[in-house]
Amino acid sequence: MQPIHLAWVDYTILLAYVAFVLGIGFALTRYMKSSSDFLITGRSIPTWVTGLAFISANLGALELVGMAASGAKYGIATAHFYWVGAIPAMIFLAVFMMPFYYGSKARSVPEYLQMRFNKPVMGLNAIAFAVMTLFASGISMNALAKLLNQLLGWNYHFALFICSGVVLVYVLKGGLTSAIYTEVLQFFMIVLGFAPVVYLGLKDVGGWSAMTHQLHAVAQNPMALDLNTKSFAPDAWTSAWKPLLGGPANNPMGVDIFAIVFGLGFVLSFGYWCTNFLVVQRAMAAKNMTAARNTPIVAAIPKMLFPALVIVPGMIAVALTAMPDKNYRIPPPIIAPAAYTQAVTAVQNANPADPVAAVKAVGDALGKKVNADKITALVAANAANKLSDDQLKEGIYKSVAEYDYDSVIFSLVKKYCPPGLLGLALTALLASFMSGMAGNVTAFNTVWTYNLYQAFFVPNKSDAHYFWMGKFITVVGIGASIACAYFARQYNNAMDIIQLVFGFVNAPVFATFLLGMFWARTTSIGAFLGLFGGIASSTLFHAFSLAHGNLPGVKGGYLGSHFGWNLEFPSEMAQNFWLASFAFGVCFVLTLVISLATRRTKTDEQLKGLVYSLTPKTVDHNQPIWQRPAVAGVALLIGCVVLNIIFW
Amino acid sequence: MGLDIRWPIGLMFTFIGALLSFYGVVHHDASISSAGGSEININLIWGVVLLVFGVLMLLGAVRGKKTPPSA
Repeated sequence: MQPIHLAWVDYTILLAYVAFVLGIGFALTRYMKSSSDFLITGRSIPTWVTGLAFISANLGALELVGMAASGAKYGIATAHFYWVGAIPAMIFLAVFMMPFYYGSKARSVPEYLQMRFNKPVMGLNAIAFAVMTLFASGISMNALAKLLNQLLGWNYHFALFICSGVVLVYVLKGGLTSAIYTEVLQFFMIVLGFAPVVYLGLKDVGGWSAMTHQLHAVAQNPMALDLNTKSFAPDAWTSAWKPLLGGPANNPMGVDIFAIVFGLGFVLSFGYWCTNFLVVQRAMAAKNMTAARNTPIVAAIPKMLFPALVIVPGMIAVALTAMPDKNYRIPPPIIAPAAYTQAVTAVQNANPADPVAAVKAVGDALGKKVNADKITALVAANAANKLSDDQLKEGIYKSVAEYDYDSVIFSLVKKYCPPGLLGLALTALLASFMSGMAGNVTAFNTVWTYNLYQAFFVPNKSDAHYFWMGKFITVVGIGASIACAYFARQYNNAMDIIQLVFGFVNAPVFATFLLGMFWARTTSIGAFLGLFGGIASSTLFHAFSLAHGNLPGVKGGYLGSHFGWNLEFPSEMAQNFWLASFAFGVCFVLTLVISLATRRTKTDEQLKGLVYSLTPKTVDHNQPIWQRPAVAGVALLIGCVVLNIIFW
Repeated sequence: MGLDIRWPIGLMFTFIGALLSFYGVVHHDASISSAGGSEININLIWGVVLLVFGVLMLLGAVRGKKTPPSA
């Protein structure tokens, strides 16, 4: 792809956005008087604001890019990450768990674990979370800087520093409040910036039914587009559930119903939405208990509709690729210009009578798989009627049989957006990046200051000291994220390993919260050893399992292949979902058994407000009916079921 | 906290909406999208949408100022 040239109108939109987010930071500076104003907002923010911030902090740039990529690879079934993998957990958080997080007056999720159990359990959770947020933020920063480099030709270092610099300034000025307020602005920016791209793309393919018609043809023969190595039923890209019912062999995700419902819908989803401080922190900043409980409910409404914004573009891209007259393909991986020149020479020198050798020569020149039919046709066309170098290059570009799915969304932005709209869409991309980063940084500085620094290293200092530390660690946190971004840039493989480790740490954690919050008998020793055992078991599971087509190593199976015994899964996704289910099961059973075998150290009185059965139920009869989390939650679940039926 | 977020959101989208529709009018040819056959001035249309959204946010902020904050 050639870098896109921006017009003055695009830069003006970009600068206006930056000016407004910085302005919000500066406007809030005068309210920052204590560590709690800075780190936990002093609990004063209205529901709709915390609700949209809740969803915006989750909607990082990687989500936008990744979901469009999955939309192309797997179709509408990607929506399970929303309708199965998010909504039920968000409602559970609102109705059942928020009363304990908010009511216990804990300042963070790890701090709840300290109140419920003890310091070691909190420490384990806090350290894992702190390291994870820094790396998560670094990974996404690296991705964004790379993208701006490819897309706009911006200097990588400049992109990295300017974007994190803006986040640093507004978080440092206005703390968590500033992050939350800007997240709301970013939410609207992302939605309003990407919506026209989806609209134009859908209009171009001829509307929804024309798109599904194309996708039916693609599903029956994905090999023609090199999308998959086998064929599926016509609705494999356009139905969410029917392909899953046919088993892992019959859907492009390669997963079964159990993996989706239990692995994704229960273990991974509840583990993320109900225990990840990054999102829960937004709800904890709400002005009162009702507002806190309604935060995930408000967030669930846009979350339910996001597939239209983030998954549909991927499906549009596949449909367009299947329509020769649209002159579009999902971009191939970046290939150096020199390799293209070599490939052009290879086509020119090829003998039309020996297509196999020609295909091999072009493939070797590019270092990628190529579509044999397309290259053969190109060689024949060139032999019949000399093509120009540019025509040949174009033909070779179209015949690369590999896809860089992550660039789907930007290839559509580039295809459809004239100057003006282009600036808006790019600003939306920057906004999604910044909201994700600010989310990570504000969660990190709170956990560090209160749960690690104050709890383990320097207790009993004045609030002014912790206020200072909160600001100081914000700068350190952003610096460390930048370092992680460079690390990610250097060692792609190392980043895979780190993401894997997060998977191990996160998979079992919901079992600890579930038992801790809903079973008074759970002991601290049980919780600590259960969590540890869960993490260890997911590591082992990974070492003995492998997805079809992968080699033992980072993708798993390294011990299994050593001992000659591996669990084999049809896809990586299936492997992940089963790993999470297994780790959850181990953590749950271990915590349960060890708790029964050990003595309780906390009395019922001490656990009041921390455990469901020992806490007076939250009364919301005095609220208007639509403000009651349980009522709104049920209404949302019904909406979610309806969506699942429509796209069945 | 003493800042109604509807002010900055409203101001920003009013500005961007006005800018985009202005650009759509002045640079009419560059703003045309012919995706799907029919030609539309997408900058103008979307600029107006953003402008309306921005103004609605500002109206909300003005109303919120008159009545004590409740939401």
